[in-house]
Amino acid sequence: MSDASATVRGDGTLQVVMLRIGSETFALDAGMVREIIDPIPATRVAGARSHLDRIVNVRGNVVPLADIRERFGMKPAATTPDTRFVVIEVEIDGDPVVVALVADKVFEVREIDFGNQQPVPKVGAPWKPEYIKGIVKCDDEFVIMPDIKKTLI
Amino acid sequence: MTALDPTDVFRAEAAELLACLETTLLDLGDRPEDRGLIDTAFRALHTIKGSGAMFGFEQVAAFTHDFETAFDRVRRGEVRVSVDLVNVSLSAKDHIRTLIEDPDATAPVIGEAILAELGRLVGGGAGTAAAPLPGEAAQAPEVPAGWRIGFSFDPDILRNGTNPLALLDELRDLGACTVVPRLDALPDLEALDPEALAIGWDVTLLGAVSREAIEDVFLFVRDEMSLSLAPLAAAPEAPSPEPAPVSEPSPPPVPALAASPAAPAAARATPRRTEERAATTVRVEAQRLDALMDRVGELVIAQARLSQLAGLQEDPAIKAISEEIERLSARLRDTTIGIRMVPIGSLFGRFRRLVHDLSRDLGKPVDFVTEGEETELDKTMIERLADPLVHLIRNAIDHGIEDPARRGAAAKAATGRIALTAEHVGAQVLVSVSDDGAGLDAARIRAKAEEKGLVQPGAVLTDQQIYQFLFAPGFSTAREISALSGRGVGMDVVKKTIESLRGTIDVSTDPGAGTTVVLRLPLTLAIIEGLLIRVGDGRYVVPLSAVEECVELPESERSERGRDFLDIRGDLVPFLRLRQLFGATDAPDPHQKVIVVSVGEARVGLVADQIIGNHQTVIKSLSKLQADVTTFSGATILGDGTAALIIDVGQLVTGGRADPVREFQEVA
Repeated sequence: MSDASATVRGDGTLQVVMLRIGSETFALDAGMVREIIDPIPATRVAGARSHLDRIVNVRGNVVPLADIRERFGMKPAATTPDTRFVVIEVEIDGDPVVVALVADKVFEVREIDFGNQQPVPKVGAPWKPEYIKGIVKCDDEFVIMPDIKKTLI
Repeated sequence: MTALDPTDVFRAEAAELLACLETTLLDLGDRPEDRGLIDTAFRALHTIKGSGAMFGFEQVAAFTHDFETAFDRVRRGEVRVSVDLVNVSLSAKDHIRTLIEDPDATAPVIGEAILAELGRLVGGGAGTAAAPLPGEAAQAPEVPAGWRIGFSFDPDILRNGTNPLALLDELRDLGACTVVPRLDALPDLEALDPEALAIGWDVTLLGAVSREAIEDVFLFVRDEMSLSLAPLAAAPEAPSPEPAPVSEPSPPPVPALAASPAAPAAARATPRRTEERAATTVRVEAQRLDALMDRVGELVIAQARLSQLAGLQEDPAIKAISEEIERLSARLRDTTIGIRMVPIGSLFGRFRRLVHDLSRDLGKPVDFVTEGEETELDKTMIERLADPLVHLIRNAIDHGIEDPARRGAAAKAATGRIALTAEHVGAQVLVSVSDDGAGLDAARIRAKAEEKGLVQPGAVLTDQQIYQFLFAPGFSTAREISALSGRGVGMDVVKKTIESLRGTIDVSTDPGAGTTVVLRLPLTLAIIEGLLIRVGDGRYVVPLSAVEECVELPESERSERGRDFLDIRGDLVPFLRLRQLFGATDAPDPHQKVIVVSVGEARVGLVADQIIGNHQTVIKSLSKLQADVTTFSGATILGDGTAALIIDVGQLVTGGRADPVREFQEVA
């Protein structure tokens, strides 16, 4: 996904899906989200990298189940009644790749002001800067706009 | 079949015709006197010209027209086929392809240069290069006062859309005609098939018309008819000793037999023609076949769920219908796979040109032999095999085959030999490229591998292991880099592609006598028969084609003793504990099973908790994001909707000791 995503409107607002992973709130461009499903049984893949070590069957297709907690320095957590799998599509080397992303809670789809984006501070943020596109102030909260592609690769 | 772009149809057809033209030209290089080949090439050109003009490819039509004009002189026997002519014709053919695919990419100068060269060879000045065929020189100016033409057609010709009356009209355009039908083969009215042609014609044509003009009338039906041509008695009979090989010596007008003399030519006839003849073939977009395969895959998965459910039911009617559906979907699967199967000969044909060009550029005469062209393989697989084979053949010619001087010193024939063969062995297809060159030098490969740090000096390696270094990225023992190879790029591509097709590579060599590279490939990419096993709480599929037998793990081997060997009927079989490799944490089953799999020539046991049974495995590839996982070649969806991983036995056992295996060895 690029910054010039089609979902950025003329007035600089962006439709996003707000979700919580670990202790942080993330905003995912709604354009890349295909569906949100309840957790389904996953199969562990021995030898895979730890943030992509499971696969699930999404409508007849085998897709990797991504848990990006570790990428953002959070501890793994068990499934709760609020847990959802957010099925997203990202473009990698020109091919669309479907991934299911574990989210601890999915809130809503809303518009955020893309122009309100703030650069990632050099200090004070425990995350690798390349995983983050920006931080947006939304209501009273700072919301992370992850660079999903870089986070996954 | 609604919105097919006609220019795409032209492109597809032209591609086939050009491929046919190339084969024919290459054949002509070997058999320059074969009139059938010349005619085939001419027809291909003529069709490209005609349909090119029809679809607005003006440049193609114009260039092909000039090419055809030049080639016409060959067809009329005024010019002999020479090696130079074949080479120029091949570049002309390439130029046509460029004109069709990317007309803007070429400058008109190139076309003009080719045509000029062609023109020089077929001789505007009938002198040096263009020696006229003996016998015909005297005959050419001779035009008789008229002709007696007898012809009859293959009875099926009407079904192909040919109208003999139009041909008669064309004859009438040449001069005054008396047409007499031959009715002797005409059946009774009751037995008459209105779609079959039972009559032939005898035509007396008056006028100074050349033999070629008459043959041109029948150009496109020549393979499906018998034609006799005799000059009218008025003309002196002496000059043509026996009419040129084109006309059969007036065969009896038996239409049913008429097709057989033309059969050898028909085998090489243009694709358009083959299509006409085999009226039952349908051209389908590959995408539709892929979609069909996907649907069948989903059906097989749904069917697996159904039989699992039915197995739990008591109702015999449900069980019966589930079995019925199982049988039907298995058959549907086989049929669908069958549709995608294509003879590998279509691929082999492409390499003749490669060998021809390489042999010319490197100055190494090479005979190219192919075998097993009829071996069928999945279409996708055939396409993906093209690149690896190009690399292997290039390598064989560039590095394998010695130059003629060195061959002479080794008392070998000056002409090298490259053989490309394909055969079915069990559920696998073996494609091999062999040369009769100098063979591989294991010591040199080893030295190079040590230099590159791929192996520790002094490590014990089999020759087979040493040869595998050839496929390491950036590996080349060539002392000089040539334009073709020696950069060490290529062979690793071969390995990667073959592995992505779930195949393996074997190399064998005989110093001084040549090298053979064998690619072992599965028949299809989409669905395999698998053995479903359980390891811990995970279920895995082992491709059944690799499974040799299943045994129980003997009591003595239950606990780990540091060495993991089994004695199977006297053979030592090492085994891997899958529970450790896959990190299973729950309590192991008391009765562990060993699945003995074969990998190349080795046999290895895989220890699992339970063998669940046979499973129709629809292969779903793993995501690009998990490309680093090599232990598994893909995944499949089980009856209960969960995903199960397919074990890549080759990778697990031999594949350079993938990560989990290495960890395991260090632990053990």
